[in-house]
Amino acid sequence: MKRTVPLILAFISGIVMVVAFFFREGSYAESLSQEFLIWSSIIGGFSLLLGCASIVRVQWKNVSLRKSGWGYSIVTLVAVVVSGLPGVFPVSWSPLFGRGTGSIYDWVFVYISTPMSGTMFGILAFYIASAAYRAFRARTAEATLLLVTASLVMLWRIPMGEAFLGSISSGLVDFINTYIMLGINLAVQRGIIIGAALGAASMSLRILLGIERTYMGRG
Amino acid sequence: MTFPIYAFHCLLLFAQNTTGTPGAAAPEGSLFRVDRINALVIMVIFSAAVLLYTRWAKQGMKLFIRKIAGLDAVEEAVGRATEMGRPVLFVPGLQELDEIQTIAGISILGRVARITAQYETPLVVPVRYPLVLAASQEVVEQAYREVGREDAYNKDTVQYVAGEQMAFAATVNGMMMRDRPAANIFMGAFFAESLLLAETGNAAGSIQIAGTAQPEQLPFFIAACDYTLMGEELYAASAYLSHEPLLLGGLKGQDMMKVLIVLSIIIGVVLVAFGAGSTYLSWFQVR
Repeated sequence: MKRTVPLILAFISGIVMVVAFFFREGSYAESLSQEFLIWSSIIGGFSLLLGCASIVRVQWKNVSLRKSGWGYSIVTLVAVVVSGLPGVFPVSWSPLFGRGTGSIYDWVFVYISTPMSGTMFGILAFYIASAAYRAFRARTAEATLLLVTASLVMLWRIPMGEAFLGSISSGLVDFINTYIMLGINLAVQRGIIIGAALGAASMSLRILLGIERTYMGRG
Repeated sequence: MTFPIYAFHCLLLFAQNTTGTPGAAAPEGSLFRVDRINALVIMVIFSAAVLLYTRWAKQGMKLFIRKIAGLDAVEEAVGRATEMGRPVLFVPGLQELDEIQTIAGISILGRVARITAQYETPLVVPVRYPLVLAASQEVVEQAYREVGREDAYNKDTVQYVAGEQMAFAATVNGMMMRDRPAANIFMGAFFAESLLLAETGNAAGSIQIAGTAQPEQLPFFIAACDYTLMGEELYAASAYLSHEPLLLGGLKGQDMMKVLIVLSIIIGVVLVAFGAGSTYLSWFQVR
């Protein structure tokens, strides 16, 4: 039962979504697929409770066992309560509740969450530099080729570099765009995308027909 | 094999013959999208190729699958973690459960969990979505049960850490720097955080295996990880690791489709070169 019901549900849901793709708005198949998407959102909403329980249990355990970095767990627990609860309470109780402008949730989002996300994103620049240093070390012929190509592309991507390349040869900028970016680069990317799309379609078909069950823990 | 095709045919007829929901305004003409018939034809050919090879595999046909170094390295990575007495970190991507890459990642997680359960190696699986949490917990628990190590299963092996992309990356980076996992395995859909995760893992001295079908993130993983599964290799992982003939058949069907696509491209190039490709190209446009 535990094995068959999920397979049947996966088959029916998958088939409905596939069939709906071939029908216009207003058809029964299309309406049914919309209904399925709504169910999916509702299940997703309820599953948030699972996530909340997991984060509280794990962080609370870290604090009670004084595990390494337990201070961060306290910050996480406080953040869950401060940003979560006021957003759930109705705005009729206080203008600080809800998720509108001026609410606690909004304040946390605008002044804490967004700047911290921006900071993490900003750090990426340094990570790119260290990864590029490792990748571009000219130890082999292939790495040297990569170094030269990447240097040309990076120069081409900034206005000053483009002007510099243009001063060397007027055709160099067009060469990079036509042969490197729209030629070699695009061809390889398309090759990967076609392979990945076929892989995804094949896996979807295997799941739909119940051949692939490893995602349920059964191999 | 005939049942799914029959079921699909019945559903198609059923949907075509119904007039829609009461009160819904149906547009004039057929409800069936004739302009998408090309997609239907390609889907039928593809499904037939996959099902045919699956059937042949079931009948005992020998199928050759090339070696995928990244997947062979999974056991080696877990072995290293066992020797060092440090955990294995597995991230099944940053997308929801409706993303096929996430499902592929969870399939690989099942295999990894089986090995960690056998070796009694700690496993940590941070996730970004509650539905992925539920599915991953089920898969890991099942893996521990299958190898008879139910007692070693910890419900917090899979843990929800953050719903926001960069908060998730920061939490996982913190885990890497504090717990110093011996092996980091990233399998699924990754975005801007791919390099943040992989570089931190590299700095922590972990052996790293990544797999994604996001072409933009592949260079970052290649630069920072020891092994990288590219595109279709991620989807092939469950078949490759399980060696199940039924799953391997699907991979062969996929290869057959690739041959057809290459032929279609060559025909298209020739026709376009001679200025006669407009009709041919329109066959491949899906509206």
